[in-house]
Amino acid sequence: MSFNINKFYYGDYGEAKTGAADISVKATAKEEWPLWEIFVRSKQGLDHKHVGSLHAADAAMAIENARDVYTRRMEGISIWAVESNYIHASNPDEADALYDPANDKVYRHPTFYDLPDEVKYM
Amino acid sequence: MTKAEQLSQLLQLADNALIIGHRCSEWCGHGPILEQDIAITNIALDYIGQARNFYQAAATLINENQESFPGFAFPLSEDNLAYLRDEREFRNHLIAELPNGDWAVTTLRIFLFSTYQYYLYTQLKDEDKTMVGAIAEKALKEVTYHLKWSSEWVIRLGDGTEESHHRISKAVDQLWAYTGELFTKGDPLQEQWLQKIQSVFAEADLTIPENTWMHQGGTTGNHTEHMGFILAEMQFLQRAYPGSQW
Repeated sequence: MSFNINKFYYGDYGEAKTGAADISVKATAKEEWPLWEIFVRSKQGLDHKHVGSLHAADAAMAIENARDVYTRRMEGISIWAVESNYIHASNPDEADALYDPANDKVYRHPTFYDLPDEVKYM
Repeated sequence: MTKAEQLSQLLQLADNALIIGHRCSEWCGHGPILEQDIAITNIALDYIGQARNFYQAAATLINENQESFPGFAFPLSEDNLAYLRDEREFRNHLIAELPNGDWAVTTLRIFLFSTYQYYLYTQLKDEDKTMVGAIAEKALKEVTYHLKWSSEWVIRLGDGTEESHHRISKAVDQLWAYTGELFTKGDPLQEQWLQKIQSVFAEADLTIPENTWMHQGGTTGNHTEHMGFILAEMQFLQRAYPGSQW
């Protein structure tokens, strides 16, 4: 068994070079079960939150593994599993261009007008 | 049911859960992959939890009816029953004590056994109005998951690669002879059990061996040679240092 964990397909930077549809990972990690991203809803009415990732042979097994790995201490009532292959992510190399420009635009925050006293819960 | 019959029912339920739970716990740190290591360790903990509940009920029964049970030292706790009884006093079925073998044997054993537990606990939940029924009802949720988990593995291995099919078929040949003693003659649970096994085996492309000679003995305390080793490991501490805690 190979323990060469290749996170190329995780989306972060491989996408920039080869495009999101690249599935070459299946060839590089033939012996490994695919990686799945797990989202858990902690209670009714809340959203599913990303809690981590795990390996599983198929979607049914991913959900069962997630049940055993991530909800053993009553953390959740619902699980989503998404094969990591299908997560598309922004490129960390472009972080400057993508996020820094928002840094000096305080006027985008709704803090520049006075609320009437009658409006209490804003 | 007499007090003695109640006790032997409780002890069999408890011993079965304790011994198969101990076997599952042997996988801790040795599972084929991290996620499955956690899965089988969770299952082990479920079994030990069931065993504790049944042992506690048994201890209460003994303590409250001391005159019916001479030969016990009172007051008695769940630990006395788990750690201070000898091999011949254990009433678990032989299938619970067999070695784990490979992953195929392990998952098939859990499948055969939890199918049995599933129908047994369902019956107890519906028909037994004592503590036994209440424990069975609580444990049934766990057993339902064990059954789902293990039957998926049986199908995955049976309908998988040539190697996995070979291994699970060997496991069927090895374990089938230990399924006979799960039921007494004419037990209606046997039919339900067999139907479930057949439907999963059909999906897994496995066949039930025919004309198998069935091992007997667990329920009368005549265990396989493996049982002594389990108890030696499990009971050593309480035998060597009586009453020690952690």
